[in-house]
Amino acid sequence: MSVVIDIRHLNKKFGDHEVLKDVNFQVKKGEVVTLIGASGSGKSTLLRCINLLEIPTGGEIFFNGQNILEEGYDKRTYRTHLGMVFQHFNLFNNLDVLGNCTIGQIKVLKRSKEEAVKNAMKYLTIVGMEQFKHAKPRQLSGGQKQRVAIARALAMDPEVMLFDEPTSALDPQMVGEVLKVMRQLAEEGNTMLIVTHEMEFAKEVSDRVVFMDKGVIVEEGPPEQVLVNPRHERTREFLRRTLNK
Amino acid sequence: MSFLETVWKIFEENWDLFLHGAWIALILAVLGTIFGALIGFFIGIMHTIPLSKKSFKTYLLKLFNFILTCYVELFRGTPMMVQAMVVFYGLYAIEIELNRFIAGLIVISLNTGAYMAEYVRGGIVSIDKGQFEASEAIGMSHFQTMLYIILPQVARNILPATGNQLVMNIKDSSVLSVISVVELFFATNSIAGSTYRYPEAFLIACVLYFIMTFTVTRILLLFEKKMDGSESYRIELVTGNKPAKGGE
Ligand SMILES: Nc1ncnc2c1ncn2[C@@H]1O[C@H](COP(=O)(O)OP(=O)(O)OP(=O)(O)O)[C@@H](O)[C@H]1O
Ligand SMILES: [Mg+2]
Repeated sequence: MSVVIDIRHLNKKFGDHEVLKDVNFQVKKGEVVTLIGASGSGKSTLLRCINLLEIPTGGEIFFNGQNILEEGYDKRTYRTHLGMVFQHFNLFNNLDVLGNCTIGQIKVLKRSKEEAVKNAMKYLTIVGMEQFKHAKPRQLSGGQKQRVAIARALAMDPEVMLFDEPTSALDPQMVGEVLKVMRQLAEEGNTMLIVTHEMEFAKEVSDRVVFMDKGVIVEEGPPEQVLVNPRHERTREFLRRTLNK
Repeated sequence: MSFLETVWKIFEENWDLFLHGAWIALILAVLGTIFGALIGFFIGIMHTIPLSKKSFKTYLLKLFNFILTCYVELFRGTPMMVQAMVVFYGLYAIEIELNRFIAGLIVISLNTGAYMAEYVRGGIVSIDKGQFEASEAIGMSHFQTMLYIILPQVARNILPATGNQLVMNIKDSSVLSVISVVELFFATNSIAGSTYRYPEAFLIACVLYFIMTFTVTRILLLFEKKMDGSESYRIELVTGNKPAKGGE
């Protein structure tokens, strides 16, 4: 399997605060990787560095073999290859559901309106929101918003989907509908990098689990190993605290 | 003749002058608000361009923004009546003879622009950062993000303030009479002077100003409602049996 994202010696500081320390890891094509770790361990920052919402202060990020931090690399085109799903949905408030899912296709990918609508409807159907195409974000529930946000990201036909705690801002009864969509995407062979606190879900869908603590990757491996028989004390400690909650 | 009969007589004899004055006031206010809004959006956008690298361009932008800030502060900190005198007679002194209406329009636009700049800047910074991030994450440039995502939301959010500014401008256009722009106050003043009927003439002016501001306010409210669209939405293709509801 080819490596899509390859992160080497990644470092990120906010002022003096070193949030990511020498992070190395890879995501291969078709792989589902979940990133777990305590609050403040740097998971979001890592994800945001990958799509350049934060600029790393050291190290390298390769996308399909190309160094994206190099001067002159087309960062906007690069971003279209990554689909980002945020914790707080961040749907465009001035656009309806369909507008949310077509604006990027039309303005960035320069697709025709018909093509964009057709593609958007395909993904809205996958997430079960096709009936709501004329609704504004403020008219939707949290779970519905997040499903639209997933469709918006998918409509750009990205190579990798990044999820930053997609269910953390949801009421418990809405978590299931979003996880169901993500499970389906995982089964269909999409490449996904997911930050989550849903351990059961992580165990179920991941090819690999990465545990982060205080800005470093402590342990990574198949879910049976990391989540069931962790090698490191810090991982065990984290799991104990999380599962007891 | 009773007071009201006199009022009616004065209006009958001078209605063309009154209406012309009202028309000029309205045009000044509407155009002034439109140009002011354009100025405001321009400054608001300039002031929120993210500055990343330390380059020559960045310094140029900073200098330019400093000049814009000076303009905003100056026009917000001085009375429009004084601004009108300075602009009109100042230009006159350096031998630029502006049409009085144009001079008045420039003053009212610059004055409105100074206020609108603050509304727009505030409107932009109050938009949730997530809107910018989501937009950039799908590959939009800063310019596209502003144009398609941020500014439409800002425009909607500052619509009430803009409407308020329009109403203020209808009333404040009267101060442009100091440079003899023949708007409603100036017209009324001349009619009153020639008929010696001050209370009657200005009562008419009052009514005309009120009709204008009241109508404009109603129209703006309707416009706001229209912009928000209906609270419900059509459900296409009902497949499930779950009735969809709007709202959070
Ligand atoms: N823009 C920023 N400026 C300064 N510090 C920041 C910034 N963003 C994040 N941090 C700090 O970086 C650290 C890691 O934050 P991050 O959001 O990546 O953690 P996380 O693992 O995603 O946590 P959570 O599970 O709560 O989302 C935190 O200590 C946070 O305070
Ligand atoms: Mg986070």
